[in-house]
This record gives sequence, C-alpha cells and structure tokens, in this order.
Amino acid sequence: MTDMVYGPRPVAGGEPILPRWWSTIDKWSLSCVLLLFGIGLLLGLASSPPLAARNGFDAFHYVERQAVFGGAALLALWVTTMMTPQLVRRLAVVGFVCAFVALAFLPFFGTDFGKGAVRWYSLGFASVQPSEFLKPGFVVVAAWMIAANQEVGGPPGRALSLALTVVIVGLLAIQPDFGQACLILFAWGVMYFISGAPILLLVALAVAVLLAGTVAYNGSEHFARRIDGFLSPDVDPTTQLGYATNAIREGGFFGVGVGEGEVKWSLPDAHTDFIIAVAAEEYGLMLVLAIIALYATIVIRSLVRLMRERDPFIRLAGAGLACTFGVQAMVNMGVAVRLLPAKGMTLPFVSYGGSSLIAGGIAVGMLLAFTRARPQGEIGDLLFSRRR
Amino acid sequence: MIRTPLRPLARILSARARGENPDAIERENLHQRHEEMRDRLRLRAEGRLLVMSVLFLCAFSVVGARMGLLAASEAVEPRAAASGASILAQRADITDRNGRILATNLSTYSLYAHPQQMIEPERVASALVEIFPDLKRDRLIKDFTGNRKFMWIRRKLSPEQRQAVHDIGDPGLLFGPREMRLYPNGRLAAHVLGGAGFGREGVHSAEVIGVAGVEKAFDGWLRDPANDGAPLALSIDLTLQTAMRQVLLGGMRLMNAKGAAGVLMDVHTGEVLAMTSLPDFDPNDRPRPLTEGDASDSPLFNRAVQGVYELGSTFKIFTAAQAMEMNLARPDTLVDANAPLRWGKHTIHEYQRKNYGPLLSLTDVIVKSSNVGTGNMALKIGAKAQRDFLDRLGVFDPLPLELVEAPGARPLTPANWSEIVAITATYGHGFSTSPTHLAAAYASLLNGGTLVRPTLLRQGRVAPGPRIVRPEVSRASAEMLRQVVVRGTASMGEVPGYAVGGKTGTADKVRTRGRGYYKDKNINTFASVFPADDPKYVLVVTLDEPSDNSGEKPRRTAGWTAVPVAAEVIRRTAPLLGLRPQIAPAPASGILLARE
Repeated sequence: MTDMVYGPRPVAGGEPILPRWWSTIDKWSLSCVLLLFGIGLLLGLASSPPLAARNGFDAFHYVERQAVFGGAALLALWVTTMMTPQLVRRLAVVGFVCAFVALAFLPFFGTDFGKGAVRWYSLGFASVQPSEFLKPGFVVVAAWMIAANQEVGGPPGRALSLALTVVIVGLLAIQPDFGQACLILFAWGVMYFISGAPILLLVALAVAVLLAGTVAYNGSEHFARRIDGFLSPDVDPTTQLGYATNAIREGGFFGVGVGEGEVKWSLPDAHTDFIIAVAAEEYGLMLVLAIIALYATIVIRSLVRLMRERDPFIRLAGAGLACTFGVQAMVNMGVAVRLLPAKGMTLPFVSYGGSSLIAGGIAVGMLLAFTRARPQGEIGDLLFSRRR
Repeated sequence: MIRTPLRPLARILSARARGENPDAIERENLHQRHEEMRDRLRLRAEGRLLVMSVLFLCAFSVVGARMGLLAASEAVEPRAAASGASILAQRADITDRNGRILATNLSTYSLYAHPQQMIEPERVASALVEIFPDLKRDRLIKDFTGNRKFMWIRRKLSPEQRQAVHDIGDPGLLFGPREMRLYPNGRLAAHVLGGAGFGREGVHSAEVIGVAGVEKAFDGWLRDPANDGAPLALSIDLTLQTAMRQVLLGGMRLMNAKGAAGVLMDVHTGEVLAMTSLPDFDPNDRPRPLTEGDASDSPLFNRAVQGVYELGSTFKIFTAAQAMEMNLARPDTLVDANAPLRWGKHTIHEYQRKNYGPLLSLTDVIVKSSNVGTGNMALKIGAKAQRDFLDRLGVFDPLPLELVEAPGARPLTPANWSEIVAITATYGHGFSTSPTHLAAAYASLLNGGTLVRPTLLRQGRVAPGPRIVRPEVSRASAEMLRQVVVRGTASMGEVPGYAVGGKTGTADKVRTRGRGYYKDKNINTFASVFPADDPKYVLVVTLDEPSDNSGEKPRRTAGWTAVPVAAEVIRRTAPLLGLRPQIAPAPASGILLARE
C-alpha cells in the first residue's frame, strides 16, 4: 500500500557486483594466472603428443582435455573470487570435510593406476586426487583455527590445527605421497610463523635442523653419499634428471624451436613433473624466466597486499595459500635444475592434470578473494594516528 | 606497564549519575584493547610477511639464475660416464718365468642390439649373417621383430668385424667396450693357463673370470686391484714348453698314441718348467666340455695332472731306495729274484714270464726291472713301512699344484694295504697317481733326499723340505737309474753328454668296464733324471696306448715308445736349461792307469 502511494522504496544503494569485483580484484595476479594457464596449453601442445601416441589417442587429445578442465578451473576461480571471505571460509570448511573423508577412505576405494601409490579415485571419465582439493581447504581451516586462537578467550586453535596437520600428514604418508605431506606441513608452518611464532622457537628449530644434518652427514655414510651425490656437479645423463638438465642446456637462451624438442620423447613425465624442461628446450630461457616471473609476481603481490590486511584470518589464509602455491611451483622447477632432490610435484596451472588444475583454480580463486581490496581502516590510522 | 582498568571508577560513577549502563564502558574498553592487540599482531605479521616475500623473491631468483647458468652451459650427450662402471675389468697378465707374456688383455667391443630402434630388421639380419656365418637369419629376424628390447649378438668382435657391422649402419646395432683375455701363444700351455670367460656382463663392461687352470685358481689374485696390475709369474719356461710340446706331438704321432703328457721339473725347487698334455686346445677358443663319453677323451683333460694311471715299474726305484734307507740292502746286495714269486694264491711273473734269478744284485733288479726282486724286497720292508714311505713322498695325497683341477684328481689307492698290494705296488700296480705326482716323488728322491712340493709359480730360493732318504741313498738311486739307461730297459734314452738316468714303466690299462686289464692297451711312462751324476731336472713322459709299428709286430713297451720320445725331449731341452754336455767323460782312473 505504501509502495503504491509513495512509489517503490529505493533499493539499498549497493554497488553493482561485477564492477565492484573488477575494481577490487588484484588484476595483476589475475592476469598472471591467465597467462600461466595459456602457457600451460601452449606447452601441452608440445609435451603431450608423445603421451597420446603411447596411449593411442589423437595427438592433441590431452590438450583438448586440458582446455576443458582449464575452462572448468577458470570458472571455479572466477566464482570463488566473487565470494566474500566469510562465504569462502564456510564453503572451504565444508569442502575440507568432504576432502578429508575422501582422503581417509582412499585406502579402501582408491586406485593406484599401477604407480604404486593409492592417491586417486577413478570416476571412469576422469580421476580425482582428493589431496589436491584438501590443500586449500586445509589452509583455510587451519588459518581459521589459528586466528580464533588470537581472540581474547578464543579456543586453543593452534594446538588443534597442529593435531589436524599431523593427522593429515599421516594419512598422506601412508599413500605414500611425501610431496603433498611436506606441502601441508609447510603451509601450516608458514601460517604459524606469520601468526607470531616465538623467535626463540624458530632459532632453536634452525639450530636443531643444522645439528641433526651435521650429525647425520658425519655419522651416516649412506646419508652423506646421498648429499654428496646431490651436490656433485655431474649427473648421470641417463636418469630423468639427466635428461631434464640436458634439455635445459640444449635449449639455451632462445630454445631449439617450437616442436623441435627431443626431451618429451624420452621423459615419461614430460607433461607433468618435467614440463619446465620441455619449455626450456623448445622456447629457451626466455619462456622459463617469464614463467618464474609470473609465479613470483602472484606470490609476492599477494603477500604484499596481505600485509595491509587487518583481519587475522584473511591474512593467515591468504599467506598460506600464496606460499603453498609458490612453493609447489618452486619445488617443481628446483628439481628440474637440480637445486632440490627429485620429488614429484606438478607445476600449478601449467602441468597437465584435471584434479590439480581445478583444485589450483579454486585455491587461487580463494587467494584472490582474500586479497581483494577492502577497507582496512587506513583512515583511522591516518586521522587518529593510533598507537601502533 | 600501567594497566588501564576495564571499569575506571570515575567514568563508571559519572555514567551512573547520568543513568547510563556502565557495562557499555567496559565493552568499549574491551573493544579498544582488542583493536590494539590486532594492531600489534598486524604489525608483527606485516614484518613476517615481508620476510616471506623476500625469501620467495630470493628463491625464485636462485631458480632463475640456475636456469640461466644451465642454459648457458654446453649440452652433453646422454651417455653414462665410463667412470661410473662398477665392474672392474682389469685383469693382471700372466707371464712365464722370464716375463714373457702367456695371457694378457685386449680391448675390443661386444655387439648388442636394441631391436625396437632398428629400422630395417630383415636387412640387418641378412647383413649380420654375412659377417657371422654361424648366426641364423630366421632366428635373428624373429628376435629383431619380437618384443625384445635388448639382445646380445656377439661377445667379442675383431676390428674388421666391427667395421663391417658399422657399415650396416643401423641405429639398432650398438657396441659396448669389452676387455677380452688373449693367449698370444695359442695352444702352448693351454692346460696350465686354462682359460677365461665373461662373468657378470653389462653394456659398458664385463667381468673377465677364469674358468680353468691357473686363471681360475688365481682368479681372485688376478682381479685384485691391490696388486696394481703386477703380472702373475709362472714357473713355466716358454721355450722349454714349446720344445716339449713339439717333441711330444711328434712322438705321439710316431708312436700312434692317443694321448701324451710330459712334466719337466726342477728337482730342488719343485718348479714345473714345462707341462704338456696332448691333445690340447686353444684357450682363446675353449671347446665345450664333453657331455657324454669319457671326460678323459676331451682335449680339456689335463693328463699330466688329472690323469691318474697305474704308472708301472717306475715305482720300483722307491722300493730299492727304501731298502737302502732301511739298511736292508746296498746296491750290490744280492736279492732273491727266482721267478715266479708265489704269495698265497697269487703268482707274480716277470715280463714275458722270464726268469732273471735265482739271485740278482739290487742294481740289476732295477736295471732288468724284476718284479720278483722288488716284490721280495717289499716283503722284507713290510707293507706298512712301504705305505708310509710312499705316503711321505706325497703320492697318495691330492696334488698340491696351483691348478683348479689339481685337488679334484685324487690318487686311487686300495683301502687295505695288504702284503700282496705291497708286492704289486713295487711295480706300480694296484694304485694310481698322476705323472706330476711321479715327477715330484722322483725329484724328492733324487735331489739329495728332501721332499719338494710341486709348484707352478716361479720360486726364489726354496728351503729344503723334510728329509725322505739319506743323501747317499739319493746318490745311489740316481746311479741305479743311470744304469737302467746304460745297460737296461731304457737304452734308447741315452742322450750323449747328459748322463740320463731313468726308469721305464709299462702298465696295462685298467678296463673302463668290468674288472681286469686290457691286453693290448698300455700306459707307457719314462721317468728320467738328468744329469744323473748331479740330478738337476726330472722329466716324466707318459704315452697313452702307444704302439711302435715299425717292426714286424707292434711293440708296446715303454722302452720302445716313451723312452725315445723322452730322450728327444731331453736332447732339445737340456741345452736350453743351460746344461753343458760332458763330452766323453773319460774316467780319470783310466788315464792314471795308462800313465802307470
């Protein structure tokens, strides 16, 4: 009645959603992610035909699949970035519970695809690796717990999150998937560090690691030989690592040319773990440096943006996600250049793999949702020059 | 630090006065405190996030720099470094006593195939069959087109063969470096050296292991890197070995023998200077062992070591020597030699049922090779003492020679050494030993009476072993053996200037099936020593089933077969050994007599 008399009540003057999203999103990071995905498709064109030939598919079968999964991943990323941090947290907790249950039931219903580690559920048309989806969910849940710990009278979140970490690491270790287990441990460590781990503890840890390393190096011949072998400049050229190193050398600064690479024919993991070697061989150092720069931009920009964040939960979750993402990329590339011992880890967005692509999209979507610009009370800082 | 109370009394009171709820003040203070704490935390987190960012920047820079370094360096072919090969292929050389090469290594190549990399399997198979005629084309095509990923084609290639395979030009054919064992002297000393084969094999190298003879007996030593490639020096003399093999080969043909063996030994050191067994083989291309039939017919069979035979009358000298050692007789003591000798239900005849008796001097017993004479001596000595004496000479023990075959060839002895065994043992029947055993026993008896241990390794000075007989007995034994050659059964063994002494042995071969002996198959042995007046070397020559067909009917005694062959060996080797021929050893007494 009132509406009829006075006309409709004006809608609360909210901003339109999409322009608001566009104005607050971290456009640099978003562009970097899109570029990485594009590079992934480009390298897929080079690296996956041998695999397709081995498995009897069309030459670009895996590129098509990658494009489909990539589309799904980008959609997931976009939808996730639109959410508020609260919504992200709620959904992430639900997703984490699902992924955790899936992970726990893996030994009973999972399959190992003949690779010796039970990590996948086979769905017929595709396979799902629960640990990929568990990672972002875990980061959010752990960040939530640690942040809650900081509230006055909050729950003992740190201890709880540590217990959760141990359980998950245990579950991953029995698969066995030590790479993911290390990643989970690392994510928790980063969040604990940022939430204010005592400096004394950090120093003690560093000293303990150094001491243990020295004792092991001097005491155990086996360990010492492993380390020496890793440090020694010559590498047996007939191993995967040798082929990868050689491909990087072969590529030089500008590469041997598109489609001219050889390493993809000799490396069974050329489309996943050693895709950076394919990139280095065919496109040279230029593309590799570009890829490194893209990852570095995403990680460092996100961390810098999170520095201004007032909400501890957002700060922790964002930092955890960014660091996990960055470390995964760094480990992958570090293995190829023999900075790190061999460890199967995919290059996010670039390596082939449906699970890792979609999970990566969700994770980066969360990260971008957390790093969106929102009022942080800077005015208060300026006007009242609050004690800092 | 001054704590601000959550409920400051002044404000509470004034608020109450104004009728406001004082809890709001507490909440406001709480909120303010919370804000302060968050600010503090954010400040700390800000620093730590900065640390993380810098760390990531550094880490990414390191990865990038490393990429740049790698990209700037030269690529290497993916090929395993030779230093990574875990198999030590280096094997020490084997030389003779003067350092001349008997066995050495040669770098060569093996040929293997990666069938899945092969472009034209059928053409490759045809070309390979042309190079290696023993390969089967159908078999190769089947292997090349099947599922095999790797197959050996040849273990060793000659340079010409390698070039020919190169010229096929197929990427599926690959070469692996090999070190192969080479015996430059071919068949010479084949049984001593044995041979070598490949053990564990990889593409990049293979282990060379000994399969027989010295190569196997010293396998560990030859492969031990601690020896630093020092060669293994054998006691064999290449020149003597050549001479002996030539003569034995000719003698074996002339005497229509199916096998021959010869051992030349230094009486003082026990060093085997030459050892030949015929027929022999080429250790570079070792034949396969016989899978059926008698192993002793294989050329791999070392008659000088593995061939245990009843060596016949050559053992008579030990009975004479023991009798002298026990002071039962002297060389000129007359011995009952009235044939035949009856012992229980056994009757011992002389050769061709002659009778040398009724009495013979001990020397003549040996010279005429009287079975009855030595049989009677054995009865005087006693079975146990005789057995102990032979045992001390080492003829019942496995040969202590450094050949892998030596311990396997055990002498055959009867379990119960009864008196009849003692009688037959005097003329070498009833137990079997190898020619090398015999040579060692002769050396021990004739070198002055101390035990020697036969060896194939070059020795420096050798300390004398335990005493077997007195030096006088040793001298007398040598003189008796000399007389055998001068006026006895071994008259064809005379080599002018070298004072050969020796004892023949003609033994009927033991039937391989059933009991008893063959009538027309003999093992003929001549155990000789030269020079007899100062024994330095012992030579044992054994011929298997010889027969001298030059006369009206075949002659099968040692005196007609083994002795002339041994004499020729001595004629050839004595000068090589540095012995001066003593031309016309005119007795000094004769000259004195003429002057008187």
